[in-house]
Amino acid sequence: MLKIENLKAKIDERHVLRGLNLEIKTGELHAIMGPNGSGKSTLSNVLSGKKGYEISGRITYENQNLLELGIEERAHKGIFLAFQYPLEIPGVNTNIFLKSALNAIKKSKGEKELDAIEFLKIVKEKALKLNLGEEMLSRQLNVGFSGGEKKKNEILQMSVLNPKFSILDETDSGLDIDALRIVSDGVNSLRNKKNSFLIITHYQRLLNYIKPDFVHVLINGKIIKSGGPELAIELEKKGYESFN
Amino acid sequence: MREKELSKLKEYKYGFSTDVENIKAPKGLNKKVIQFISNIKKEPKWMLDWRLKAYERLQQLKEPNWQKPKYPKINYQDLYYYSAPKSFKDKPKDINDLDPKLLETYKKLGIPLQEQKRLNGIAVDAVFDSVSVATTFKEKLNEQGIIFCSMSEAIQKFPDLVKKYLGSVIPITDHYFATLNSAVFTDGSFVYIPEGVRCPMELSTYFRINASQTGQFERTLIIADKGSYVSYLEGCTAPMRDENQLHAANVELIALDDAEIKYSTVQNWYPGDEDGNGGIYNFVTKRGLCKGKNSKISWTQVETGSAITWKYPSCILKGDNSIGEFYSIAITNNWQKADTGTKMIHLGKNTKSKIISKGISAGHADNTYRGLVDISHKANNANNFTQCDSLLMGNSCGAHTIPYIKNKNSSSNVAHEATTSKISDEQLYYCNQRGLNQEEAVGLIVNGFCKEVLQQLPMEFAVEAQKLVGISLEGSVG
Repeated sequence: MLKIENLKAKIDERHVLRGLNLEIKTGELHAIMGPNGSGKSTLSNVLSGKKGYEISGRITYENQNLLELGIEERAHKGIFLAFQYPLEIPGVNTNIFLKSALNAIKKSKGEKELDAIEFLKIVKEKALKLNLGEEMLSRQLNVGFSGGEKKKNEILQMSVLNPKFSILDETDSGLDIDALRIVSDGVNSLRNKKNSFLIITHYQRLLNYIKPDFVHVLINGKIIKSGGPELAIELEKKGYESFN
Repeated sequence: MREKELSKLKEYKYGFSTDVENIKAPKGLNKKVIQFISNIKKEPKWMLDWRLKAYERLQQLKEPNWQKPKYPKINYQDLYYYSAPKSFKDKPKDINDLDPKLLETYKKLGIPLQEQKRLNGIAVDAVFDSVSVATTFKEKLNEQGIIFCSMSEAIQKFPDLVKKYLGSVIPITDHYFATLNSAVFTDGSFVYIPEGVRCPMELSTYFRINASQTGQFERTLIIADKGSYVSYLEGCTAPMRDENQLHAANVELIALDDAEIKYSTVQNWYPGDEDGNGGIYNFVTKRGLCKGKNSKISWTQVETGSAITWKYPSCILKGDNSIGEFYSIAITNNWQKADTGTKMIHLGKNTKSKIISKGISAGHADNTYRGLVDISHKANNANNFTQCDSLLMGNSCGAHTIPYIKNKNSSSNVAHEATTSKISDEQLYYCNQRGLNQEEAVGLIVNGFCKEVLQQLPMEFAVEAQKLVGISLEGSVG
């Protein structure tokens, strides 16, 4: 599904990614762990197409050159990023935002757009499944949400938009156990043979709830070690220092 | 060149002009021209005298100059003050007898006038340059005693009402542009809602400027008698021309005891091109008088067009317990400028006013909210709430908030809130990541910002206005 080859990214004259290689096959869930400043968020930004980076190397997504696509085109093709810091958009209802997003994606595929009633049916079903109150949907997008609510809202959006490839950028940071469970339930319920995930995290904790197929250690803009779930446990014990 | 023209047309879809032969008054502003206007409209003598009195007064007035948007000196002698399609010399009795070119024009503007195609539940008065070309649903409204017709017709058929109320809210001596309008006004709408009647449909006037080098000076008068209710909406468009054209309207509203008037505007005059050439000067005086107790006047405006918008729809709260409201969205893009707001004059006891203003600036535009809350010493327990929010897009535009508060009564309560914010790149990135393109994202954020005001519009127009808000800002983010 996704192949990253010798990816380098620079922002404000600072080298952040320094030759990163990674392949994620359809149906796989990969976790990337790394210390602060190792390039984790840059990776998710570069994958989703955020502007401002000087990039070299190749990223192939479903046999296309991903780097040629704009941010929304990538979203139309099934890439979803759960933000580390979801943005507040005053005055815009979560419902309306999500309906516009879903219909934009449908439109790009030439599918029929949903009317308000059809949309509400889907969104309510998903919210119920994730054990989220409907009340969140009628609030202004992320405005006045607690940190945990914002993250839950990202997962709700993910489950409504039903992406092929989801990136979770430190979604677990600052979550209590209950919220953590909702986030992992969201990921696990979307997990199937057709969808892939990239979970970016500091801690092994999340991986108790979401079983990764592969774990990678990202340090200084490069993946320096890859392995199975046991690698996360080793990391937690020894710390990142031992990998330097 | 052709491509540029095409892209222009895409931006302002009402920019076409209609090729009709016109009857014009001779160029310039003088007594003869005023006599010409009065004569061609077959006005009674009292009306001509009224106009001439205003003209005399105008000679002593100076054009105001305190506003933020400055403009090159207008040569008032180089304008046409009256222009009407030739086919209009004798107003056709039946809409089907109208010049097909005019019918086509309104169809293109989305305002079908013929009976079988009319908009449901909305009565329309269509004003083309200096004349009202048609008014729909007149007879149906008449069954309930509601008068909805052109100002010209009202002067002839309902002189007592016109004499009593015309100039009673905006006196002919008021200020330069209002006085100019009183001297040369051509057409506009007249509405009278009888006692106790709730007007069963939206009344609306669609103003169209077509001829070049022509000013439009419309005059609208709405009277809501005791216990009545009316919702009225005006829309405006004009062709794209390189020159600046002057639109100086006067609108007077009068609400008697327990009456309510809801007046909405969707102003989409030609804003000029992206380099700031051409566009309408929209210098308008709008004032409502809550004359009776428990009366209410509510202004809602969506101002997206015009090179310069300069207007303060106001309420004089004379009746005890009367309520004034002002909901405004002013969008300025490219080189557009707006200096708009309201005046709430509290005279009666327990009068209440509410001001919600949303200013949006993009490109090199400049947007000013200017408002006055004036509470007289007799207005016990008067209450005002004002909220002014500005949204900036990009680094070259400006937003200014200038609230004036005069309070002479210690039992009153005045509250003012203001915010300024900017659409951030991060917000746009977030929306893009969810699949929305730049324009959809801006449209969504801006509509969210304006929601409180859009909600005030009659439902039939809210959707249109929402789209307009998005279109007006197209291309404003790179």
